[in-house]
Amino acid sequence: MSKVQFGWLVRSIHSWAANLFILAAVIHMFSVYFERSYRNPREITWLTGMLMLFLGLGFGFSGYLLPWNELAFFATKVGTDIAGVIPVVGKPLMIFLRGGEDVTGATLSRFFGFHVALFPGIFTFLLVIHLVLVQRQGMSEPLGLDAAHERKTMPFFPNFMLRDVLLWLIVLNVLAVLAVFFPWELGRKADPFASAPAGIRPEWYFLFMFQSLKYVPPRILFLDGEVLGIGLFGVAGLIWLLVPFWDRKSSRGLRGKEISYIGIGVVVYILVFTILGWFL
Amino acid sequence: MSSRPDEFAPLPSASGQNVPLEAGQERRDFLKLALGGGFIAWIAAVAYPVFSYLKPPKQAEVEVTSVKVGKIAEIGKDSGMIVRFGSKPVILIRTADGEFRAFSATCTHLDCTVQYKKDLGVIWCACHNGKYDLTGRNISGPPPRPLEEYRVIVQGDEVSVLKKT
Ligand code: FES
Repeated sequence: MSKVQFGWLVRSIHSWAANLFILAAVIHMFSVYFERSYRNPREITWLTGMLMLFLGLGFGFSGYLLPWNELAFFATKVGTDIAGVIPVVGKPLMIFLRGGEDVTGATLSRFFGFHVALFPGIFTFLLVIHLVLVQRQGMSEPLGLDAAHERKTMPFFPNFMLRDVLLWLIVLNVLAVLAVFFPWELGRKADPFASAPAGIRPEWYFLFMFQSLKYVPPRILFLDGEVLGIGLFGVAGLIWLLVPFWDRKSSRGLRGKEISYIGIGVVVYILVFTILGWFL
Repeated sequence: MSSRPDEFAPLPSASGQNVPLEAGQERRDFLKLALGGGFIAWIAAVAYPVFSYLKPPKQAEVEVTSVKVGKIAEIGKDSGMIVRFGSKPVILIRTADGEFRAFSATCTHLDCTVQYKKDLGVIWCACHNGKYDLTGRNISGPPPRPLEEYRVIVQGDEVSVLKKT
């Protein structure tokens, strides 16, 4: 595997592109959130976008295992065990994900299947809906922009396209520079009968959840701490996903302050815990 | 039921005569049922094999009850090692005063494999900084339960780990 010519380059481009994709998707998601662009009539666009973001995290999680190194092995153990924490459906779900009781070669081939076939299939479907809606409904305009104001326009060809091409060029160059100068290592081969190595941690976009789990005490009242922690993240994610349906103000054209406060709170929480996870 | 909307108007039959109202309705219901049922059956026929295919096959697990680890002399004092116990990892610890202890090495938090941490004299899980003392009790961090204990037997100079019954 390490003998393939330019294998390191392809691997690095793949990893960097994947990470930048998540980053871009997260930024896009927050900008849509703060602009309330999810509001009526674009609820479905928001929903498909969020599902694609979750799926993107799924891509990241399944892809993380594929190099079959130590970190990946334990990250997958923990990640699938988290699924096992969900009441009732958790255990069967975990066995389904792992392809058995433990993380083994069966898990590896399963994750490969998810990563290259199942997820891309679902993703394509969501992406088509997302893009068709964007195309049909047009871009959302910021709230408070009065309808009568004059819009600046530019021809798609060549003006807009040239701008787009310029951005592509910049991004591709950044990607190439990152891949060449900061290649992704393969790490040490996974050994199911070795202890989890010190300093183990997941990809950066899971860090805030990972760090939070470290602080959750083992038992809270009658619940296992991790059940509660994971449950809270699940509920928070669901509420976030459904924002177009409970933020009634923005669909009436009003800019409610609560949405901004909640959003800022979430961003601060994620930033603080990511930084803690990175340095501790 | 005296005034029906237009869509329930009698259907013309093949012979051009109007089929009585009730019969047309029945025929329509039957078609709906047949189509709907057929569709559901089709979905099931596709989904069932897919799900069965994805369900991991039951593996006949060989029930391991004891594992020979090695000679006493090979296991240094104040050290720990992971022993392969069937498909599960077990941690065998030899304390500073030469005593043997064995526990399941699977962290009770989220399934990582623990290790013996010499400098602290505890069993440590690197994943979320969980700690257990040398009796397997969870003493700090997120682990909710103690580690399951195994029995260690020394016969002559041979060390084995056994499942507790
Ligand atoms: S898995 Fe051991 S502390 Fe979380």
